[in-house]
Amino acid sequence: MSAPLLEASGLDLRFGAVRALDGVSLDIHPGEVVAIVGESGSGKSTLLRVLAGMMAPQAGHVLYRGADGAEHQIGALSEAAKRRLMRSEWGFVHQNARDGLRMGISAGGNIGERLMAAGGRNYAAIRGAAADWMARVEMDPARIDEAPRNFSGGMQQRLQIARCLVTEPRLVFMDEPTGGLDVSVQARLLDLIRGLVAELGLAVFFVTHDIAAARLLAHRIIVMRQGRIVEEGLADRVLDDPRHAYTQLLVASVLSA
Amino acid sequence: MNAMPPRNTPGSAYNFAYLDEATKRMIRRAILKALAIPGHQIPFGAREMPLPYGWGTGGIQVTAAILGPRDVLKVIDQGADDTTNAVSIRAFFAKVAGIATTTRTAEATIIQTRHRIPERPLTEGQVMVFQVPMPEPLFRLEPRLAETRRLHALGDYSLAQVKLYEDIAKQGEAGTSYNHPVMVAGRYLMSPSPIPGFDNPKLHNSPAIMLFGAGREKKIYAVPPYTAVESLDFDDHPFRPMRAPHACSACGSTTSYLDEIVADDQGGRIYVCSDTDHCRENQTP
Amino acid sequence: MRPAIRIEALAKGFTLHLQGGVGFQVLKGEALTVMPGECVALTGPSGAGKSTLMRCLQGNYGSDAGHIWLAHRGAEVDLAAANARLVREIRRETLGYVSQFLRVIPRVSARDVVAEPLLAQGTPRAEAEARATALLTRLNLPPRLHGLPPATFSGGEQQRVNLARGFAPHYPILLLDEPTASLDAANREVVIALIAEAKARGAALVGIFHDIEVRDRVADRLHDILPLEDAA
Repeated sequence: MSAPLLEASGLDLRFGAVRALDGVSLDIHPGEVVAIVGESGSGKSTLLRVLAGMMAPQAGHVLYRGADGAEHQIGALSEAAKRRLMRSEWGFVHQNARDGLRMGISAGGNIGERLMAAGGRNYAAIRGAAADWMARVEMDPARIDEAPRNFSGGMQQRLQIARCLVTEPRLVFMDEPTGGLDVSVQARLLDLIRGLVAELGLAVFFVTHDIAAARLLAHRIIVMRQGRIVEEGLADRVLDDPRHAYTQLLVASVLSA
Repeated sequence: MNAMPPRNTPGSAYNFAYLDEATKRMIRRAILKALAIPGHQIPFGAREMPLPYGWGTGGIQVTAAILGPRDVLKVIDQGADDTTNAVSIRAFFAKVAGIATTTRTAEATIIQTRHRIPERPLTEGQVMVFQVPMPEPLFRLEPRLAETRRLHALGDYSLAQVKLYEDIAKQGEAGTSYNHPVMVAGRYLMSPSPIPGFDNPKLHNSPAIMLFGAGREKKIYAVPPYTAVESLDFDDHPFRPMRAPHACSACGSTTSYLDEIVADDQGGRIYVCSDTDHCRENQTP
Repeated sequence: MRPAIRIEALAKGFTLHLQGGVGFQVLKGEALTVMPGECVALTGPSGAGKSTLMRCLQGNYGSDAGHIWLAHRGAEVDLAAANARLVREIRRETLGYVSQFLRVIPRVSARDVVAEPLLAQGTPRAEAEARATALLTRLNLPPRLHGLPPATFSGGEQQRVNLARGFAPHYPILLLDEPTASLDAANREVVIALIAEAKARGAALVGIFHDIEVRDRVADRLHDILPLEDAA
């Protein structure tokens, strides 16, 4: 089996008396979709930010194996190197599109920015890639010059995903990507993500409190509670044969997940 | 500074070139640092000057700091030597430094300018001093100053490129006809001050020293001689310096940058060189 | 010949934390060996643990003790001890499963549902789609339905999509949970033929068949699972 793409070990992070992360260790392999589930305050979003190098843990480390084969300690990377990673081999899809998009810049500009950050200097090629990616996330490429504020919440998320995937990242972090959307919009978006992830062979860390979304997307599920991993394993096994009391509660609170 | 600098302009109420020696040294240090890091903005302790911000306080302080008794100063405003601002600044330094002034580009050792670079090619030993209203090229794109500093430090200028993309997408061409951002020595994005794009190529590999002073924003930056200065563009939408497609009504030049002047009450227009010295030279062969 | 499946001393119980932590044991000391080309039918009263054993065999349930040795990539690997990635690899390459109910994925057509495991194995798309179409046709699913998502299909139609998905990749091990439950006689015959072909290929099959006639025609052997005495 391949080496893990990213490995975290012994992550600790306290906010005052609250243990946001308490001895968390995990890994992800190329092409693997890992859902991190738990209720609000379980530490799942904090974990995502620490894994993505957006927050520093107080103890433990995160190791990433780059496309060049080199191993990078995320905590030891310069901010420039982290940014480069976040704009090339990594992607981050925020729950709120406002955090992941430039609201005053056109859809094409939003998608193209990552290409330009990666050194793209051919206008026609950048615009072509942006239109292509709009189509791939099932948006109308004719709207390429419209600003995100003209789009619905679901469309803004599609745009964010297109912006994220245009540089063909290897590892994508998603923080409740369907949170705050209508149920029908959620389903279509999850569907789209599922298709793209399989097609591109992406590794994805996917934070959600939606058990059904985790079942649809994830290969593996990590259950967080009070900063700790209480259960972890094959997605359908965690959901159909939950061991920990908390997981049983999570699963039981969803009808026919 | 403990010791008072010697008064070297006896009989004058002012120190040579108006600023005290300690201030000049402080500004020179900023200039040297700016020359050492081409295109990078260096903060400096801008002083109150006897004219309002926006009238060239940054440029005047830079000029005052580098001026020596044998310098010959030219001051232009939008290319012209004879506008109020240019005349006043020239008169100011003639009075407080007793130096020679000129309107001829070829004779000047220091040229303070607002919004133009002379048409006549500059030479080694000449210093251009630009008056800069807003030194930050990312100003309109990223309102947080701390973030712009981070972007400069990281060399992350995709935002400026995105702005260019948006201009082309919306207008079919880059929308900035002046103050078009440039990359200096392949490292720092720099505002060339509000010079027309037409003048941008003159910054590239120039034999002259280019100094930029922003009084209100308290920043100095520089382009040393023979430094690569490239206007931001796309491979398939290369930067094109623009000029009005006319000949100068006064000298007939078809290559110089032209001002459009409304000539009568019927909306008739004529075009004349914005560089008055260049136009005069062309008219007297 | 090496067994395709070798279950040793398998135990499986549940602890229901939401019901005050009450625990009950379903399987204990379970053993079963299946050779390639063999079809074993699980029998026993309802509630005795046939489905639990099937789910353990599929990796859907974890095992508490014992081993589930599967012939995978030329070696025996213990599914009961495999991590998530290994289980996925085993499911992709070795272990097929036809459940009673199709877990419908919205907006994915019947043809793509069937082609998906083939694509995951690296079969070129055109070939995968051709095989999917052929199998759906053989199972008498009208061609007009092939391009539609199965969400609106009848129970029998969904079951046939499910069967096609399970049989398309020619897994060396195939688990069948009531594969003919909602099928008419003609389609039942198709399934019986598919099972016979799989056996002829050397696949090992384990199934739960409520239809005695089908069971007796396909199974080489019955494996009885008896309820444990109350082990609390």
